[in-house]
Amino acid sequence: MSVKVGIPRALLYYHYYPQWYTFFDQLQVTVVVSPPTNKHILEQGIAYCLDEACLPVKVAFGHLAQLADQVDFIFLPRLVSVFPREYICPKFLGLPEMVRHSGLPLPPLLVPAINTYRRQSDLMAAFQQLGNTLGRPDGQVRKAARLAQQVQQEYEKLLLAGWLPEQASRLLLGRQAQEQQVRLATELSPSSPPEAPEQGKGRIAIIGHPYLVYDSYLNMNLLQKLTRRQWPVAVVEQVSSTEIQKQTARLPKKIFWTLGRLLIGAGYHFLSAPHVAGLIHLSSFACGPDALIGELIASQARNCPGKPFMNIVIDEHSGEAGLLTRLEAFLDMVTIAGGRAGASA
Amino acid sequence: MRVTFPHMGNLWISLKAMLTYLGVQVIVPPPCNKQALQAGAKWAPEFACLPLKLNLGNFIQAREMGADTIVMAGGCGPCRFGYYAQVEHVILHDLGYNYQLVVMEPPEKHIGELLQRIKYITGQNSWWQVMQGIRFGFRKACLVDQLEKRAFYLRPREKRSGSTDKALQEALATVDAASNWRELEQAKHQAMQRLDEVKTVQRPVLRVALIGEIYTLLEPFANLELEKRLGEMGVEVDRSIYLSEWINDHLFLGLVRGMRSSKAFSQAAAPYLAHFVGGHGQESVGSAVYYARQGYDGAIHVLPFTCMPEIVAMGILPRVSQGTGLPVMSLIVDEHSGAAGVQTRLEAFVDLLARQKRHKGAFA
Ligand code: SF4
Ligand code: SF4
Repeated sequence: MSVKVGIPRALLYYHYYPQWYTFFDQLQVTVVVSPPTNKHILEQGIAYCLDEACLPVKVAFGHLAQLADQVDFIFLPRLVSVFPREYICPKFLGLPEMVRHSGLPLPPLLVPAINTYRRQSDLMAAFQQLGNTLGRPDGQVRKAARLAQQVQQEYEKLLLAGWLPEQASRLLLGRQAQEQQVRLATELSPSSPPEAPEQGKGRIAIIGHPYLVYDSYLNMNLLQKLTRRQWPVAVVEQVSSTEIQKQTARLPKKIFWTLGRLLIGAGYHFLSAPHVAGLIHLSSFACGPDALIGELIASQARNCPGKPFMNIVIDEHSGEAGLLTRLEAFLDMVTIAGGRAGASA
Repeated sequence: MRVTFPHMGNLWISLKAMLTYLGVQVIVPPPCNKQALQAGAKWAPEFACLPLKLNLGNFIQAREMGADTIVMAGGCGPCRFGYYAQVEHVILHDLGYNYQLVVMEPPEKHIGELLQRIKYITGQNSWWQVMQGIRFGFRKACLVDQLEKRAFYLRPREKRSGSTDKALQEALATVDAASNWRELEQAKHQAMQRLDEVKTVQRPVLRVALIGEIYTLLEPFANLELEKRLGEMGVEVDRSIYLSEWINDHLFLGLVRGMRSSKAFSQAAAPYLAHFVGGHGQESVGSAVYYARQGYDGAIHVLPFTCMPEIVAMGILPRVSQGTGLPVMSLIVDEHSGAAGVQTRLEAFVDLLARQKRHKGAFA
């Protein structure tokens, strides 16, 4: 029997799953992914994680608990930096220790330090470390890592073209991986290519961290709620890195959080994009970086009166009724602002 | 140009000394107060950390006093402090306060950027004079720390309650008033003497370390006067961060010998947290280990609501407490913190420590 490694369906899973999966698969390691977030997972997360942590971190604890007795190892990289001169959030730096000292009974953790603060190529070192821990020869590890990075590039292209993360993963990783994946959150069939993200006037842009935007349990099916009402959505991953770069160049100082930089770049882009009728900033209660990033986007949005902007903050107590009320009011505003063109016909 | 800067405890004494030494016109905002907090909390994002809200309040109040230029520090992450200045500036701008913003931080491109910013503020002064100004400010910071440490010793032992605080305030004012090196030497003696006048009685005291996030440790308004409250309960405190040590670590890169350095704390953290997590998160974990080794009776971990590095520390500190036997209490502060609630929690914690100490037979 091959070694089984568990990957929690949380945090940057939505950014990196195809890469991580490919790497392990190439080393003949079986990958087990925790199921999509549900009530039980959330409850377990709350039980094991300290109260003061943000919702996404709590949920990650729940996913870890799910994997506990199913696998030999759990993959929990220390994501220090995934882009030169940037970090994600201090909580990602300390997550392995927060988990280790939480009392959650877990199999051994694989904790490579992913740190490309100095240069992107340092990613290779993390893969090497990981491969060595698993006792695989250097050559095989290097090959697996290279393929993993290629798959990641393909994945990002699919996201840019309008596929949502789990659809894109499924397309890329094929049948074998498909068995691991549970049903998609959206109603789009994964076999039909998405509508080009720049088309279809009257899109609602959702600006938020992937672990909130693509976790349909946490966001109470926000994306589905919009598509059901005939509002196509636009997401951060659909904005090219050159465009993000162009937009953030206007800031007086470089943003040193990767997710924050993407959010601002996409936010500024959507504020001036003709296909976007309104913006929703989806954030979690007490999120550190978002408190500042959100303010910068909101300040910019105040200067774009034609584009309604709303901030939805979620935590473990958020109720669906409240979300619906706010969403309806927001969509009314977008309609009044004239954004409905094309969509309502 | 009328320059202001944010408050952080007695930092103002040192900054004001440095800038006025160089002939810069300074407007010190009123000490952190309720109005500043209300104004800051009103305009700042809800989940911004308390220091940002108070900074903003300071700037709003200083603007009303005629300040037109903000000088503050910055950074390059991952903690939020590195982007404070820019966000505060945007908020002030949207409110119609047109401030000139000068941020002192590690330059993005080359060191010339930073030097240019310093020149912008210090104008005609030569670099040699600028160095003297910095030295003068640093000297005051060292003195302030010495006075505060002395007060930590005196408070739990004072004969008449409140006499230490009164003496400390007068001593600090003496230091603030000194405007050249000669006056500063005199001020030092006077200030020390003033504290020596406080009458004490020998009594057993508990020793508690205050650890955590720098701003909330140094700013008494933010921590609801934790040091004073504990002193009154018969507790001698020590703080894991003093201004002069911080300046030596971060601005002088440890050049001044013989000072405690936060490096020791990050090293002590290793068994529990072997990686930096931004801000002082790792140091908070390490300082608990350090104070446990020093035989302290307990530690209070102070942090602002939503502070990221300290939330990581908070998740780990219970383990440190288990491993070292040092009782640790976390105190989260924000604009809703009430004095009564804090007082009750402190009393309960101090009671617990006293009981434990009696139990060990170490407390008469
Ligand atoms: S970025 Fe925000 S939501 Fe994500 S881990 Fe950090 S605090 Fe939590
Ligand atoms: S250390 Fe904490 S309180 Fe200070 S700026 Fe960073 S996040 Fe805010």
